[in-house]
Amino acid sequence: MNRSLLIAGIAATTLALGACASKPKELPPEPGTTNTQTTQGPTQPTGPVPGSQADFLASVMSDTVLFDLDRYNIDASDQGILQSQAQWLGRYPNKAVTIEGHADERGTRDYNLALGERRANAAKNYLVSLGIDPSRVTVVSYGKERPIALGSDEESWARNRRAVTVTVN
Amino acid sequence: MKLRFLVLAAGLVSIPALVAAQQVALPDSAAQPADEGLTGSVSDENEWQDLGIAIPAFPTNESVATAAEGGTTDALGRNVARVVFNDLKNNGLFKPLGPDQLPAVAFPQVSAPTFDIWRGRSAEMLVQGFVKANPDGRLTVGCYLYDVALGSELARQGYVVKPEEWRRAAHKCADMVYSRLSGESPFFDSKIAYIAETGPKDRRRKQLAIMDSDGANHRFITNGQATALTPRYSPDYSKIVYLSYLNGAPRIYVYNVGTGQQTLVTSSTNPTFAPRWSPDGKWILYSMAVAGNTDIYRVPATGGTSTRLTDSPGIDVGGSYSPDGSKIVFESDRSGGQQLYVMNADGSNQKRISFFGGRAATPEWSPRGDQIAFTHMAGNFKIAVTDPYGKGMRTLTDSWQDEAPTWSPNGRIIQFFRTERGSGKTGIWQVDLTGRNERKLNTPVDGSDPAWGPVLP
Repeated sequence: MNRSLLIAGIAATTLALGACASKPKELPPEPGTTNTQTTQGPTQPTGPVPGSQADFLASVMSDTVLFDLDRYNIDASDQGILQSQAQWLGRYPNKAVTIEGHADERGTRDYNLALGERRANAAKNYLVSLGIDPSRVTVVSYGKERPIALGSDEESWARNRRAVTVTVN
Repeated sequence: MKLRFLVLAAGLVSIPALVAAQQVALPDSAAQPADEGLTGSVSDENEWQDLGIAIPAFPTNESVATAAEGGTTDALGRNVARVVFNDLKNNGLFKPLGPDQLPAVAFPQVSAPTFDIWRGRSAEMLVQGFVKANPDGRLTVGCYLYDVALGSELARQGYVVKPEEWRRAAHKCADMVYSRLSGESPFFDSKIAYIAETGPKDRRRKQLAIMDSDGANHRFITNGQATALTPRYSPDYSKIVYLSYLNGAPRIYVYNVGTGQQTLVTSSTNPTFAPRWSPDGKWILYSMAVAGNTDIYRVPATGGTSTRLTDSPGIDVGGSYSPDGSKIVFESDRSGGQQLYVMNADGSNQKRISFFGGRAATPEWSPRGDQIAFTHMAGNFKIAVTDPYGKGMRTLTDSWQDEAPTWSPNGRIIQFFRTERGSGKTGIWQVDLTGRNERKLNTPVDGSDPAWGPVLP
């Protein structure tokens, strides 16, 4: 399973979405060059509002960690992603997040709700182990109800077995 | 919702006056009553012949206006016969001819059939009936079953119904015919709760909906703004327990069908899901995740303190009571993948029963107690049955993804939902215990999570 490639794919998607977001007014402003590849620093006045969801997306490696079939362990690449999320949470101590746990469509409904819950909690527990106050992290499971990849194939299922961190305030 | 259902069965002692009067008006059929002629039951494995049954339109003594479908008792009589015909046709056991393929029958012939005509049409069985308007606006529907070859009456019943509940009289008539001919318990006069699905795969709108066992009287209960999942009718049909994301997180609600009000099943802030009723309707079994670990709990249906029944570090989820309420079958991944386990109703003596290869999930105990239906995940997702000890496993369907079986009230038919690979479109299907008679139910939109309730009183 080519997990690192998949994660890179998600990250790229996230950045691409951010780039598109410069056109419509109601969407968050584009992240610019701020925290992506260069180290120029947050000097652009058009950068994301500090502490916003856009800022979160622009600052972290990814908002999403992926899981193997029926698994919920946090592996090395997941740890890197969650560490970047923990750093952001460290910068904005008043911010809270929700971790959304998901499963792929190849499971029964009730079990997938339980599995999504398990995955979201695994991600939460890792953030807590990095010093994040558990009261700042809520979890919710969507089971197989909210896929992002719509195919019925291994690649889509791998992308749907995920825990997504979303800022809530 | 109250329906007057009166049995006109010959020999019934305490017949209410209204019905008794009608029975006087109806002479005994000229045919000699058969003794216990047709016996035997439709066993799982045996072929059942395609029995030819003629079901002509039910005549009326006098065609008058009625609020029931058709507008007059004459038109209604045809509609009643159509419902009986469709019920019997769709269960796969019979090969009926309906009112649209048969000549009309005069009112006096209902109790005095001309058997020679029906023999000439190769009918082995004959279902006749009548519709009468009562002075109080209700309707009396009579239903007779004759054995054409023997020239004898096998059974008869009468039902007094409000016009808007005319279909129930037809279902009761079909149930009488089915029971008498198959030896099985009735099931047509029952209802189904399910989830109506619309919209694209990544933004599926999921609404709680109900319908009769034949798909009629369809009604949406929720508007779809919050995702609804996994409904179950209470044994008396007064409530539906289901999962909703109403306040953003998955929680079990008890919806009161009469008042339209709903309440949370527990006050816990933890997610609750996979609700099930106990057979007596006094308890609700549910699953709750605490810090990521899901276990099975039981709570009084009226609210109160929950009791935890499982405590493994794995996912313990779902569950279904045996008909006597003494045992629960549930699924757990404590041994790795999902498998079936049986425990006592208090949570003691938990034992794995599934050793079939692959994974086994969503067990549902048959209302007869002899079988457990489940989702067998081995490549495809298939509907399968096993006995309560894990013996005699049989696969009934084989499609890309069939899941979530629910039993007909008599334990002879299983409904489930089928998901289409790629599109994610869903539909409700049913299959009988032979696995040969499989068909899709007609629902207004896509459907999943069917839950079949008991036979109405």
